Amino acid sequence: MSASDHTAYASLATAAAGAAAPAPLAALRHAGAEAFARLGFPSTRSEDWHYTSVARIAEAALHPVASTGARLTAADIAPYTFDSAWPTIVFHNGEIVPGLSSLDLLPEGVRVMTLEQAATQAPELLTRYLGTAVTADRDGFSALNAAFAGTGTLMHVAAEMVSETPVHLLHVLDGAAAGGMVHPRHVMVVDRHAKAAVVESYVALADVEALTNTVTEVFVDDGATLTHTRIQREARSAYHVSTTEARQGRDSHFLQFTFQTGAALSRSNVYTVLGGPGCGTTLNGLYMLDGAQHGDHQTRVEHVAPDCFSREQYKGLLDDQSHGVFNGKVYVHPEAQKTDGKQTNHTLLLSDRAQIDTKPQLEIFADDVKCTHGATVGRIDATALFYLKSRGVGAVLAKQLLMYAFAADVLETMENEPIKRELERLTLERFTGVVHPHAS
Amino acid sequence: MLQINDLHASVDGTPILKGITLTVNAGEVHAVMGPNGSGKSTLAQVLAGHPAYEITGGSVIYKGRDLLEMAPEARAQQGVFLAFQYPVEIPGVTNAYFLRAAYNEIRKAKGLPEVDPMEFLDLVEDKLKLVEMDASMMSRSVNAGFSGGEKKRNEILQMAVLEPTLSILDETDSGLDIDALRIVAGGVNALKRPDNAAIVVTHYQRLLNYIVPDYVHVLAGGRIIKSGDKSLALELEARGYDWVLEAA
Repeated sequence: MSASDHTAYASLATAAAGAAAPAPLAALRHAGAEAFARLGFPSTRSEDWHYTSVARIAEAALHPVASTGARLTAADIAPYTFDSAWPTIVFHNGEIVPGLSSLDLLPEGVRVMTLEQAATQAPELLTRYLGTAVTADRDGFSALNAAFAGTGTLMHVAAEMVSETPVHLLHVLDGAAAGGMVHPRHVMVVDRHAKAAVVESYVALADVEALTNTVTEVFVDDGATLTHTRIQREARSAYHVSTTEARQGRDSHFLQFTFQTGAALSRSNVYTVLGGPGCGTTLNGLYMLDGAQHGDHQTRVEHVAPDCFSREQYKGLLDDQSHGVFNGKVYVHPEAQKTDGKQTNHTLLLSDRAQIDTKPQLEIFADDVKCTHGATVGRIDATALFYLKSRGVGAVLAKQLLMYAFAADVLETMENEPIKRELERLTLERFTGVVHPHAS
Repeated sequence: MLQINDLHASVDGTPILKGITLTVNAGEVHAVMGPNGSGKSTLAQVLAGHPAYEITGGSVIYKGRDLLEMAPEARAQQGVFLAFQYPVEIPGVTNAYFLRAAYNEIRKAKGLPEVDPMEFLDLVEDKLKLVEMDASMMSRSVNAGFSGGEKKRNEILQMAVLEPTLSILDETDSGLDIDALRIVAGGVNALKRPDNAAIVVTHYQRLLNYIVPDYVHVLAGGRIIKSGDKSLALELEARGYDWVLEAA
């Protein structure tokens, strides 16, 4: 990765920032272009990127995906939509497709609009929240996302509004995205005592080299709950970088699930700030990689207020010569007394060449807290495998069953039933041929 | 049904079985007894195909086929069943799913159609009664959080559902209180038929008050050093193992 790799992207970023846009977006773009010119892509010399080189992305000289006018059909996306009752917003190579979206299904009290629409329909919300949880200068990727800001949504859930039906943000890349990059940004605002669920999914219709670089900013107000699920099933040649950051009010609950199985190179950042007393965060993740895939998962749980809890469980299944990274930090500020934090990372290596770098970290500056963390790396239990075989279960099915069983308890933590069922289905789909172990 | 001839097996290069010869015919129950470390459990595991053991000599013919050449799942599909001394916990897979998967794999091997979940639940219902297990146990993860007695009853439930030709019970009685022992033994007795057979590996004679063997074999140092009928078990109970070891 050379300086010239940065320069090419920096020029594109500056050009993008110069395009006409409503005020809050224009300000974010300028800040992004300026920050990227200064920061460039993260280097493995930085502690946060130690195990993940993004030189491949820098050297690929990707360009913003141009609108090709290619059509996306309902049949194309059918395998990736969940329940037809879920309000769905479809993005095709970074552009919203109104004809395939079903905003009419949104429950009362839930608004979803594009960032451009928000500039006129909800300017006060956009100004107040855009670029505040994930600032343009957090790192090179957040800067790039800011510089190209445009694609994405603002979701607002009105106070007291309770909805169990998830809103699905479906991002689709196809052959026209080859050599390109998209930078979706979503802003989710859940007001007092409201409850909502969002699924962001990323899928591919063609195996092309392309970058999806997303930012999601989450604001969970006092007493509110947001279930946020990211499902990353990008193409095998794709790159996927995502940053999700939440700001939590008093007694709020943020449940985040990161499901990663796609992309040649993926990096997921999930950050949350527990800013109000009595709030809680549940961060879970499941990564399933094979071939030469590289998947990096970074989380940071920042306990600022007292009496908060955090529960974090990341699990991984790594086959072939895939490489997983888990870097989880729980940071407890001096004021965050009575913090109850628990963090684990468990990885199952399915081949001798698969690798995991795991680094759970606790940094505690309060004196009355209960925090634990731990990491394990293991292999398929030979005794359990023999037990299954001794009952007549064939070697392949036995191994798949044990892989599913390993993943099952992290899926079990999902409180939203419809999403839990979908994640279970996707997990089984990854271990092809297995029918549902929960079915009797 | 089963002819074991001069069987030698070792683990990590250490010989454990040093020439076992034993014939089991249909309709028979054989008890294999012996002091700790005699090789009883190894014999049970070797017959089921545990990969940790290396066969260094001898042969095992089961229903006219070379058992040692068969994968563990193929043995199970051909009717060999091992009730584990330490049944394995598999969190995340329900008992119902596991048992139906096993049942269907065995049916497939026999060229029979698979059963669906509803049919399977009907079939399991009677078997649950046999081992006095509640139907709610079926929706729990395999052996996870089960008590010692529940685990052993679950083994017998599996045996009842899979209807093996040759059952091998590896110290199924160890760690059981008298009530659990009675239930487990009752299950085994109820499954006895003229066309199947059982090898009951045990350390104590106690189990044989409930499961009456046709033959009793004493295993020591990886060999069968004495065989007899059920009276041998009573004698072992009364006199311990030392006299047999000395006589051998």
